[in-house]
Order: sequence, then structure tokens, then C-alpha cells
Amino acid sequence: MKEIVIISGKGGTGKTSLTAAFATLAAKRGKAVFADCDVDAADLHLVFAPEIRERHEFISGHVARVDPKKCLSSGEDGSCSKCIELCRFGAIKHSYKTGCEVDEGSCEGCGVCVKFCPTSGIDFIDRRCGEWYVSDTRFGTLVHAALDTRAENSGKLVTTVRKEAKRVAEGQGADLIIVDGSPGTGCPVIASITGADAVVIVTEPTMSGQHDLERVASLARHFAIPFSVIVNKADINQTMADATESWCARNGVPFLGMIPYDRAVTKAQIEGKSVIEHQIKCGVDKTGNRDVSQLIAKAWDLLC
Amino acid sequence: MKIAISSSGSTLEDTIDLRFGRAAMFIIYDLDHENFTSVDNEQNLNAAQGAGIQAAQHVVNSGCQALITGHTGPKAFKVLEAAKIPVYLASGGSVREAIAAFRNGSLKAISEADVEGHWV
Amino acid sequence: MRIAVASGKGGTGKTTIAVSLALSAPGNVQLLDCDVEEPNAGIFLAQRDTSESPITVPVPVIDETKCVACGECASFCEFNAIVHIGTTVMVFPELCHSCGGCALVCPSKAIHEEPSAIGMLTTSEVPRYGLPPLDFYQGLLTIGKAMSPPVIRAVKDRAIKDHAVKDSADCFTIIDAPPGTSCPMGTAVTGADYVILVTEPTPFGLHDLDLAVKTVRKMGIPFGVIINRSDSGDDRVVDYCARESIRILMQIPEDRRVARGYSEGKPLVMSAPEYRKKFTALAELLVGEHQ
Repeated sequence: MKEIVIISGKGGTGKTSLTAAFATLAAKRGKAVFADCDVDAADLHLVFAPEIRERHEFISGHVARVDPKKCLSSGEDGSCSKCIELCRFGAIKHSYKTGCEVDEGSCEGCGVCVKFCPTSGIDFIDRRCGEWYVSDTRFGTLVHAALDTRAENSGKLVTTVRKEAKRVAEGQGADLIIVDGSPGTGCPVIASITGADAVVIVTEPTMSGQHDLERVASLARHFAIPFSVIVNKADINQTMADATESWCARNGVPFLGMIPYDRAVTKAQIEGKSVIEHQIKCGVDKTGNRDVSQLIAKAWDLLC
Repeated sequence: MKIAISSSGSTLEDTIDLRFGRAAMFIIYDLDHENFTSVDNEQNLNAAQGAGIQAAQHVVNSGCQALITGHTGPKAFKVLEAAKIPVYLASGGSVREAIAAFRNGSLKAISEADVEGHWV
Repeated sequence: MRIAVASGKGGTGKTTIAVSLALSAPGNVQLLDCDVEEPNAGIFLAQRDTSESPITVPVPVIDETKCVACGECASFCEFNAIVHIGTTVMVFPELCHSCGGCALVCPSKAIHEEPSAIGMLTTSEVPRYGLPPLDFYQGLLTIGKAMSPPVIRAVKDRAIKDHAVKDSADCFTIIDAPPGTSCPMGTAVTGADYVILVTEPTPFGLHDLDLAVKTVRKMGIPFGVIINRSDSGDDRVVDYCARESIRILMQIPEDRRVARGYSEGKPLVMSAPEYRKKFTALAELLVGEHQ
């Protein structure tokens, strides 16, 4: 069983669109399971059109909540501000009417205020951070999630999604797991790639793209995970796209190809299809251009 | 002497859980008295981070003098090393089989973490 | 006035908009690049007088001579950053959230905190044509380090401190926020007087815009929307904004000039100079309403 994770470094390079295209190709070839680990603003489901079979709440860490009946700082005689003094995250505000109140979005869940409140008036409750789902789709089973707004994105939800995808894949005898990873270089990306068999970095031919590619590539090296690169929207600046290819050659990074900018990608997204499905439907379409699908298919063959 | 084994279930017939930090359970086996207890690792499955460290701490607190598991990451390994608890790697099979292999010396002890850390 | 430029979806044009606004707004302007995992604003700016300083967070250090190995610190820590093993205590600074709790609970005062570097703060000045120079601040999270919020907070704190020291004149602060709606975005946006949400007219763009709208509404901060590449998709975002009574501040059609310029590190207001006055007008509008 092989696990392939698609990441980008920079947002908006086309990671999710490409994942959907790979999913189309993978589903033709054999049994595959899919995971959307871009849990902060997840979009893969907009193409996959999942029918949710299982829904699970995601609980992680704790959050502090002041019991107003026990708070000493409400009312005109209110004077205690111990929790506010101790909180390093600026998460506690005060009003004479209601006393101290925790802004749950800013609360780090460290427990300091809970421990030191003189009346033990602060509760430490399980924090619900989001939900994750196991769904049926036309490509195969999809494990995906939605993080609540301002929730901590430690990577734990990402790990949960990946773990479930593996479990489902084992149960189905699938030989491939394709993961739509997160942008950036922090916890969620790290949690997306550790232990993966292969990572694909989707980049764009811009200075920002190259800058972010190098950072996320060094992250993959830091965790000793093999990775390859594909340049999307390559004809926006062919010179830079070529420079990226050279960078890959110089650094011993497998290069999967270049995909031109094509409105078909957006059209496909609007139809709720992958670009491959969309172009198959259109046949020889109005622009007479089927390049995008062929190039993606070529990249997929190189990858597998 | 007591040893800890990461397990997928609470009996000796269950397969060994190859993960350490996020193992389902731990079996604490007393080699001298030939009895054992099982410890649920559920709270670790809920840890946002540092599950390996927490699991290592539990192994230390349990008084075990050796651990049998599939893999450990660098932080967990650091804790076990500081507590002078050797880690033996098994590649599968039941808990009972792992104990037998340990007894006849056919399990290998590792001198450093065998997998990269996870951050989660 | 502090304005955050955020999105939801990555790659919609946050940095493009933030930089455009920073180069066009009149008066004293600060631009803070708080997308600390992948900061890109600096690519588009001609920086001078650059200086760097490490960003650190406090992590516990155990004084072995005072430690009685009671394990209080380890059992208090919510993040498994401290382990108690027999007679020793071990710290994993990479897991520490710097809450200070361990030092507080230690009965023998054996824990003090020391700075641990997790990123880099870069400050510089950017000359602007016909306007006072821009003060630029960038936070960069060191590769392999996991937590952005402390780096983001350090950037914001420094900019506030500098403004307090510099002069009492009003300052227009623009924050280039990270994408998404989880804690890094929240940390960057918190305390802003207004948020500009940048989106694109596609299904992914709309889906993530809606998440960002919910987040910003929950934070109680007024906001407006800029639709970038406004002719590249369909009308769903415009319709959504109408339904939700959200003001559309600007629509920027797709433009190969701009895309090409962007790829080379050229700001939008240089590739398409006709936009400069639009961004100046936008800055003046938002400041005017704020007062």
C-alpha cells in the first residue's frame, strides 16, 4: 500500500485541483482511498461530492471557562484579576458586570488560570475543535474533516484523518492512498507528510512560488521524506518554470512536468468535476486543447 | 522483572501494536510471577502532541524494566533511554509470541529511535 | 488604524492586495507580513536598512540542585513538554507552549525560563514615490518548528512598540495574514479594526470565503471583500455578498500583465499603475469611516 501526499508550500498553486485529477486517474487504475488533510478550509469535497457515512466529533485539548457565580471580580467590589495577570495569551477579559470571561478562540488550553483561581472558579473542559467524516464518493472512500473556526490546528486532526484513511484502505484491500495536504510549513503539513511514501510538491512559476517551494522542500528533507515537483500554470512565466526544473535537476529532485494555465481547470471546478472528467466530457473542446489532462496523466505515470 | 508490550488488545493473544505513543493498550507482564495487567492507552490517543512522551512516562511509572514495541520516535526514545529502559523491536505476531522471543533473546534492542518524530 | 488582509483560501491574492495598499496609502504606513510559514511580501518590496533579530519563546529550564523530582511540573503540563522520570525531569522545548505554568507549580522554585529561538523578525524601510517610506516587518518561522502564533505575536508587538516610540501621528497598519481560519489566522487578525477578505469567484473561493466571513463575524470585526481575478469564474461570490449584505470593496479582473509581473516580484500597482489611485482611495475610505 502506497501513500502519496500532495502539498504546495504556497497556497493557490492548484494542489486540490491536481489531487482531484490524480484521483480520477487512480480510480481508473485500481482501488484507492482518499484523504483531505487540508483541514483548515478544506475544498476537496467540493469536487468529490461525498455522501457522508460516518460523522465524528473531534475533541482536542481543553479550554478554560469561568463560572460567573464563583468569580470574585464581578460587581462593584470585584477586585481579583489573578487569571488575567497569569494568562500569557491575552485570552481573559474583564467586565464589572459579568466578571472575568475567557475568549475561547484565544485560550491556549494551558490550565494556568484553572489552577490558580483562588475560588477554583474556572472549569477546564474538553475542547471540540471540529468534525471528521468517512464518506462514499464516485472515486472511492474519502476521509475528510472540517476544523472549527479559530480552532487549534496542531496536526492532530490531520493525523486522525490519515490514520482513518489507512484503516479504511487496509479494510478494503486498497493499494493506494492519496492525500490532499496542507499549505505552509507548520504542524499540519508536518503531520501530513511524516511516514508518507511519496510527496508531490505543486508549485507555480513565480518568485513567491519558488521561495515557498524551497522552504517546504527543506521541510520534507528535514523529515527524510522523498519528494517530487510539478509546476502548475507554467506558461505564466516559462522562464521561471524552466528555472524551477533546473533547480530540481541540480538538487536531485524528480520533476514530474509542467502544466499550462488553463481555464478548463476553473470550468471543471465550477461543474464540480476534476479537470480530467471535464475534458473527457468536452471531448475536443472549444479551445481544442486537451493538453492539461495529458500532462497530468503523464505526471501521474511518472509518479506511480 | 516486569516488561511492557504495546498491544492492540488486552490479552496475550492479541497482536502487538507496532506503534508506541498511539498504541491501543499496554500489557505489563511480570516475568517472575507469570501474570499480567493491561493498561488502556486511550488518553494518549487523545493527546494533541507528545503522545510518545506520555506513553514513555507511563512505562517508566509502571516499574517496567524493558519495552517491546514496533517503533519509537526520538522523543519517546530519549525518555526511555534516560530511564535506562531498553527498547526491543518486534515486527508483528501476538503479545505472547513477543514475550517468548524476548525470553529467548531473539529480539533486538535498539540504540536510537528508529523512526522520525511526528509532532503529533 | 489596523487593517488585516485575510482570506480563507490560499493563493487568492492577500499579499498582492496588502502590498498594493501599503504602497499606495497616504501618511505613515506599516506593513506586517504575518504569514510566517511562507512570508512573501518582502519579494515585492525594495527594502533598505534591514535588520534581523531572533524571535524567541520562553521555555523551562530545570535547576537540578533544587529539583526534588516531585513530578508536579510534568503532571501539570498539558502539552507533554515535561517528563518526570524517577529522579530526573526532562524538558522537550519543542512541545512547550510557554504558558509558564510549570515554573508556577514547582514547589521548590527549581524552574526558570530561558528564551528559545523559533523564528526571525526582519524590519526594513521601503521608499515610496511621493509618500513617506513604508515600515516593513516580517516574521519567519524556522523550518522544523511547528508553532506560528508566537512568531506572529512577536511581529505585531514589535510594530506596536515602534509606533508608540516613533511619533504620535496616526499610523496605518496593514497585516498580511496567513490563509485559513485556524489559530494562525486568528492570531494575526485579532485586534484589527477592519478586515479585507480577498477571494476568487470559484467554488473553492466561495466556500473558503464563507468560512472566513463566519470567523471574522465571530470576532466582531467589520469587514469587506475584494474579488481578485473577478472574471475568471462565475457570479457566485457576488451573489453571496449581496445575500449576506457584504460590501465588495473592489473587483480586479484577471490580467496577464499583473500575473507576469507578480511572477517576477513586481507589485500590482507597478504592473498596472492605474490601480494605484484605486488603492489610495480605498485606504482613505477605510480610514475616513474608522474615524
